[in-house]
Amino acid sequence: MTHMHARGPLAGRRILVGKPGLDGHDIGAKIVALTLRDAGAEVIYTGLRRSPAQIAQVAIDEGVDAVGLSILSGSHMELVTAVLTELRQRNALEVKVFVGGTIPAQDHAPLRTMGVAAVFTADMPLEEVVRELAVQFA
Amino acid sequence: MNTPDPSTGADASVPPLYSNSRSGIPVPASVPPGAVDHERIGAPGQYPFTRGIFADGYQGRLWTIRQYSGFGTAEESNERYKFLLAQGQTGLSVALDLPTQCGYDPTHPMARPEIGKVGVSLSNLSEAEILFKDLDLAKISTSFTINGTAAIVYAMYLAVADKQGVARSALTGTIQNDILKEYVARGTWIFPVRPSMRLIADSILYSNDATPRFNPISIAGAHVRDAGASAAEEMAYTLANGLAYVDELRRRGGDVEKFARRLSFFFYVHMDFFDEIAKFRAGRRLWARFMKERYGAKDPKAQHFRFGVVCGGSSLVAPQPYNNVVRVAVETMAAVFGGAQSIFTCALDEAFQIPTEFSAELALRTQQIIAHESGIARSVDPLGGSYVLEQHTDRMEEMILKVMAEIDAYGGVVKAIEDGWIQLRLAERALQRKLDTDSGRNVIVGLNHFRKAGEQMGVGDVFKLDPTVAQRALEKFQRVLDTRSQAAVDLSLSRLTQAAKRDDENLMPYLVDCCHAYTTVGEMVDCLKTEWGEFKEPVNL
Repeated sequence: MTHMHARGPLAGRRILVGKPGLDGHDIGAKIVALTLRDAGAEVIYTGLRRSPAQIAQVAIDEGVDAVGLSILSGSHMELVTAVLTELRQRNALEVKVFVGGTIPAQDHAPLRTMGVAAVFTADMPLEEVVRELAVQFA
Repeated sequence: MNTPDPSTGADASVPPLYSNSRSGIPVPASVPPGAVDHERIGAPGQYPFTRGIFADGYQGRLWTIRQYSGFGTAEESNERYKFLLAQGQTGLSVALDLPTQCGYDPTHPMARPEIGKVGVSLSNLSEAEILFKDLDLAKISTSFTINGTAAIVYAMYLAVADKQGVARSALTGTIQNDILKEYVARGTWIFPVRPSMRLIADSILYSNDATPRFNPISIAGAHVRDAGASAAEEMAYTLANGLAYVDELRRRGGDVEKFARRLSFFFYVHMDFFDEIAKFRAGRRLWARFMKERYGAKDPKAQHFRFGVVCGGSSLVAPQPYNNVVRVAVETMAAVFGGAQSIFTCALDEAFQIPTEFSAELALRTQQIIAHESGIARSVDPLGGSYVLEQHTDRMEEMILKVMAEIDAYGGVVKAIEDGWIQLRLAERALQRKLDTDSGRNVIVGLNHFRKAGEQMGVGDVFKLDPTVAQRALEKFQRVLDTRSQAAVDLSLSRLTQAAKRDDENLMPYLVDCCHAYTTVGEMVDCLKTEWGEFKEPVNL
């Protein structure tokens, strides 16, 4: 059911969708991965239970433009901080980091301040997610 | 997103009432009397139990009101349990943190950010002793949402009962212990599928003798449902998983008359009212038929389909959050008409945060009002015989059987899970559900229709987790390591290793011995990982 859209809004972009930590709720990550692929991106999905270091290393090895982190366990502040640190240690300063999952509203601004490009919530239409990514890449 | 007319609330973009239910079952505007086959329905308390497993319904015994809670440390959860029991709750439900669920001690690098976050940290027996302090385990029923480490947590419950001097045979409660759905939707798997099935058979067979009033498994469709499956798919996957456990138990020499009476089930209730009621009635009838006709179970208790439900989950949304109270009330009524044995009602803010004390209490009151004020629980299966409901139940049954046949055609659930086939199917279904919500085709009031400009999300009042929880858990953990007998720990682990090498040995007594020696969850899991390896997740999107 998924197709490569050579001309989609995210054509030519490589995006890593990652599940850091122990949270096992992966359906949101999979929905986003399928959506980004339909929008033309090349998507790599890490699977569950990756450490921040593993995610950063895959991002480097695969030369991705962006990393999307899906976290529903309430551990997003710790885990996002750790992934950003691991990316910086690997000099991947140009890789954009997005966060989705169960992220309470009061945590959105602090995440942005830390260097997260955008925070997506479950209620947000997928079209909007794609549009926001396209804007970030423009 | 259309803004409704402020005077009438009308929203021109609302789609018409589709003639299909959310499960895709055709629902005409009216159903003729000829649609009801009374023979097929039977009487309440009689095979095939379409109308319920007990003739006297809730007049015999009301459903168990069971709210999910537990967070932070064992001390805090123990306090919360005492509060909830004082409020009239009749059973405890223990939420465990992810390190406990995935088999990591608090000291493991993967554990640190997650300690005490989604439930209580239960890393060893001393934590269980604190968690159940001053609670009479012979009198309360305790339900553990635990899967990958279910056998270990069950062993810990037995050990804490031993310590309190409570006879094991007096224990009542449930461990979820359903690993198959973890591979598909919830993700707290540890070992490969086949050794995991062994551990489940071990715990069920052991429990049948040691704790005959305890439910050693709750076969759960809830998580698959909340992730995106339809009501029919939820029931189909659950029944298929249930049959896989029955096959494994029989392979291990279990007697269906004995173990089948202790199998229980767990589902979500979402908003399509008749889909939900029909799902439970069809599932109950199908399970009885499988047990009787396929496995030859004669005792009605071994044919009974007993189930608990959770109302809310992903049917709840953040915008206009107080609407969620109404949703949960409607869903609770569907659970009652479906004949649930226990009900958990989600708090209005549960979709986006840990519930506050206010919202948790309101959720509890919602089902108390339905139970004690509305009167809908007086008569068993009060909608039974309704032309619409009976036809919907028949069509739901056909749809469930169709999905089960597709799984069989693929090669059965175990193979379908190992290959990632069910996981992919679910992801595609979830994407479709999300697109239907985004487009407004699936109406969700306040989210994709009837929205007002400038509306605030959330309820403002946020539960704050104590930031010192992890540090305190680590300190307590270290004290246990410092004071226990290392020789006893080593001996318990070497015996566990030896037992794990023998396929026909039941591991439960060895796990209980480990718990008594204060061997940690992480140590037991590492020991078994050495023997069995870990599940390799198929990542085929």
